Amino acid sequence: MERLLPPTLTSRRRFLETAGVATLVLASPPALADTTSGTAQASTENVRLTVNGRQHALDLDPRTTLLDALREHLALTGTKKGCDQGQCGACTIIVNGQRINSCLALAVMHDGDEITTIEGLAEDGDLHPMQAAFVQHDGLQCGYCTPGQICSAVALLAEHEAGWPSHVTVDVATAPALTDAEIAERLSGNICRCAAYANIVAAIRDVAKGGRT
Amino acid sequence: MTPFRYERPSGIAAACASAAEPAVKFIAGGTNLVDLMKLGIETPAQLVDISLLPLAGIDETPEGGLRIGARVTNSALAADMRVRRRYPLLSQAILAGASTQLRNKATTGGNLLQRTRCAYFYDTTKPCNKRVPGSGCAALGGLNRMNAVIGVSDNCIAAHGSDMAVAMTALDAQVETVAPDGATRTIPVDAFYRAPGDTPHIETVLAPGELIRSVLLPPPPAGRQVYRKVRDRASFAFALVSVAVILALENDRVRTARVAFGGVSYKPWRSAEAEATLAGAEVTRASFDAAALAALRNARGYGHNDFKIPLARRTLRATLADAAGLT
Repeated sequence: MERLLPPTLTSRRRFLETAGVATLVLASPPALADTTSGTAQASTENVRLTVNGRQHALDLDPRTTLLDALREHLALTGTKKGCDQGQCGACTIIVNGQRINSCLALAVMHDGDEITTIEGLAEDGDLHPMQAAFVQHDGLQCGYCTPGQICSAVALLAEHEAGWPSHVTVDVATAPALTDAEIAERLSGNICRCAAYANIVAAIRDVAKGGRT
Repeated sequence: MTPFRYERPSGIAAACASAAEPAVKFIAGGTNLVDLMKLGIETPAQLVDISLLPLAGIDETPEGGLRIGARVTNSALAADMRVRRRYPLLSQAILAGASTQLRNKATTGGNLLQRTRCAYFYDTTKPCNKRVPGSGCAALGGLNRMNAVIGVSDNCIAAHGSDMAVAMTALDAQVETVAPDGATRTIPVDAFYRAPGDTPHIETVLAPGELIRSVLLPPPPAGRQVYRKVRDRASFAFALVSVAVILALENDRVRTARVAFGGVSYKPWRSAEAEATLAGAEVTRASFDAAALAALRNARGYGHNDFKIPLARRTLRATLADAAGLT
């Protein structure tokens, strides 16, 4: 797996692993006992995931979230860990065609699933239209929430295409036009603490209209 | 997170048998349970994943209603055209809750069983009778702005967080369950939750290993259906107060009215008092004022949440006026 990583990331990873050992040594004995003893000690489970078209077989502690499986076991660090409790949307990925918070999903419950992350949106080196639109409209500042925003936006357009209503849809029995208010509501699960919202909405509006690729 | 054993049975009987043991929990969407497990608030020794069970359909009933499988996601339910046309209240309520990412995972059964978002239930450094029975209630004298104002006790003032369940209560929905011995039963959503009393850690009438199979919607009632949610921001926040109204008019009078509140109690709070006040009343703001007073007559605030009582009254009045077409 490490050969897939660029050298800088590999060495940083080794440093983190070393630091992790040091932390464990310093941890208090009761904390260690919590995870290593007792009748409910976790064994690993085999989990097959198809991520961005590539098949993987992993042996995972059942406590592993999909987010940690992607980042720590498959070295796909484009998906970000923000709040780790389903409130910020930085970890948004697309599973079997639907966007979810990967931080609240146990990987073991997704055996056999098809996953698309931010790394899987570009094709043959060409940015996905949504990625290009975020660049063109400057739909970011620090960029930490951006992978989640873009995965969410891609799924948002598919949901709208399927006729899904939203909280701001006046008549839920109709398929609403994708107004700016609809875009904002449908993206409310993705927080941007830099507040690049105006440009994010502009980028999505642009792609929805097919204005550019 | 405490280690747990993981099991994914393929049949309902096997799932119920496993979950009848102590410290075993069902898991479906996991959006609430996984969060609580990370915090050490839920510490199951075993999880029974129900994702292989045949509970993901929405089917017509012979009576003209819908049977919603326990695993139907909140997104799928809100987007179902039969629900949108015949039970718009339910679509509206679901879409008022959480985010799309969460609704894509969260299920019908899991939404009903979600735990409270009381800040002191989440704060493991504070006493909480729901989290640690007998430890006390830090919310009573604490920052209880989000807490309940009706139907609760001095042992627990936690509010239920579901929007979906408020609509289901107004629609007279019923929960269909199966027990480990194979016995099935049907429980009105309004009777599904237990008042906190002295045992706020026991939240529903479900027995160990009893599984929600489905939720049954009776044929849609006559009248206009409106859900209104008041919260601290425009989207993705729990209700301060929400109101579900189903209002049927005849000439200038109310023929029948159904009223349920969210954010004010340990369960979706159906107001028989408001409904009785409205039945047969003239369609006027004075009638709606009277219903609002009746609905909150037995409410009491705990300091920071005192505002919820007038807010609930005003929200009901406005929602009734909307449903009646008064401008």
